[in-house]
Amino acid sequence: MNKSLNLAVNLAGMKLKNPVIAASGAFGFGREYSNYFDLGRLGGIAVKGLTPLPRKGNPPPRIAETPAGILNSVGLQNPGVHAFIEKEIPFIRKFDTAIIANASGNTVEEYENMVEILSDSDVDAIELNLSCPNVKEGCMSFGSTLEGVGKVVARAKKYAKKPLIVKLTPNVTDITEIARAAEDAGADSVSLINTLLGMAIDAKARRPVLGNITGGLSGPAVKPVALRMVYQVSKAVKIPIIGMGGISCGTDAVEFLLAGASAVMIGTAGFVNPLVWVETIDGLEAYMRENGVHSVTELIGALIG
Amino acid sequence: MKSEKIKMVRPLNENTFLIRFESEIISNTAQAGQFIHIKCFDGLDAYLRRPISICSVDRANKTFDIVYQVRGKGTGLLCAFRPEDEMDVMGPLGHGFTLHAEHRNIVVVGGGIGIFPLLQLLKDHPALKKTAILGFRSRAVVVLEDEFKEHCDELIIATDDGSYGEKGFVTSILEKRVQEEPVDMVYFCGPSIMMKRGVEILRQRNIPCEVSMEQRMGCGIGACLVCACKTKKGDDWDYSHVCKDGPVFDGYEVVF
Repeated sequence: MNKSLNLAVNLAGMKLKNPVIAASGAFGFGREYSNYFDLGRLGGIAVKGLTPLPRKGNPPPRIAETPAGILNSVGLQNPGVHAFIEKEIPFIRKFDTAIIANASGNTVEEYENMVEILSDSDVDAIELNLSCPNVKEGCMSFGSTLEGVGKVVARAKKYAKKPLIVKLTPNVTDITEIARAAEDAGADSVSLINTLLGMAIDAKARRPVLGNITGGLSGPAVKPVALRMVYQVSKAVKIPIIGMGGISCGTDAVEFLLAGASAVMIGTAGFVNPLVWVETIDGLEAYMRENGVHSVTELIGALIG
Repeated sequence: MKSEKIKMVRPLNENTFLIRFESEIISNTAQAGQFIHIKCFDGLDAYLRRPISICSVDRANKTFDIVYQVRGKGTGLLCAFRPEDEMDVMGPLGHGFTLHAEHRNIVVVGGGIGIFPLLQLLKDHPALKKTAILGFRSRAVVVLEDEFKEHCDELIIATDDGSYGEKGFVTSILEKRVQEEPVDMVYFCGPSIMMKRGVEILRQRNIPCEVSMEQRMGCGIGACLVCACKTKKGDDWDYSHVCKDGPVFDGYEVVF
């Protein structure tokens, strides 16, 4: 058997050494996990969601454990885009991995502004966050309507000098329409799914568990929903897809590739296993070796039936 | 992240258990007030890790202890672990207590399951006089009395119902103590309301203090930002994170 495996993927003009990316929100700016493994092994890092100004985020508790998953309601706590450019990019650049800046705003103008600023920074791509369920303005309120997605993406695209990925919310009636709206407005790629809006209640206390009352569901519990959505979106758009939702191992990643994703993101599983990203890359390689797959691109959309 | 071997499991009362691990690395590096982040179950039930503070370390014998109380699904699953079993452990994590070599008279104030990290602090602190004021609901849940007695000069136990030791709040005992003698520093770990009251008492006399905070946690290393704790930042406040910035904070920095 040929032992040289090719894990590289080309994602909207961005070349990734492998298709495994750390998902935004679960990985900070990589500093913490750099104590556990070489960040240079990752295909890319989607950094913590950024906004024009620093944000404090939502009151705690911000996490609730649910069957095979978690709800979070962090609410985009971040130091602001300028602090990211000044302090965090130089750190991540020490590693051979793609930097994907996740950007949010309260208004269309703020999205334009974020894309303009980030286009002039040393990032490899910009992921427009049109899907965070934990903030009152922007994000999911734009991302859940065709008009909102079309408008934000079209206007942001004018300022984009880097590949523009649009992160989609699953909290819509038909995600394929939303994905098409993003594609039509100029998105270079879509990433899905962000978290599913949910809630946890403490029956004894008769109170919501989360300080923000509702939160976003992630983890293995959402994987079937995410796979279905990636599959449907892959039939609806021509731009490459980044799939995510409950991925915890190499086999999970293969399933998303087969469903039509060109790359995958992993977040929540890292809370349990800080080595999940590298173990997923290893698992993907093992699958390729065992199944005679030479290039990982052979798996993309290769679902039979 | 490492598999750590359990050396001993000891029930302290009907729902509180001490687990002793063999670990050269953790026993060598752990500081009082730090925690470990453990996987209670190798599956999707009780999905997240559980942060549990380090109660005591024995550097000579390369062991360390944690104490947990069965409160929910995760801690319930911990009951299945037996000596010789291995547990998936991350740690030691977080920012522990600050020990000042020049301090001569220190007091630790603990409530309920918050007393445990204070034991190692007493063991490590070089102060000449160390007092522990520990509060419990009732006599039935008083634990580790002998261990605390061994490592401090005076142990004062208070119970809510007066069934053992003094009746009443640990903070009232602390208030009396700081009126009677000069105390260099106070360390708190327990219910938020107890620590808030304790810090208020000390503020009047400008006595330095540290508090060990608790919050629902995710990654345990400061990446996911879920375990938020309100702390002062200039004239304003911001959310710090219990797992990385804490669990131990300067008592005057926390906005209770």
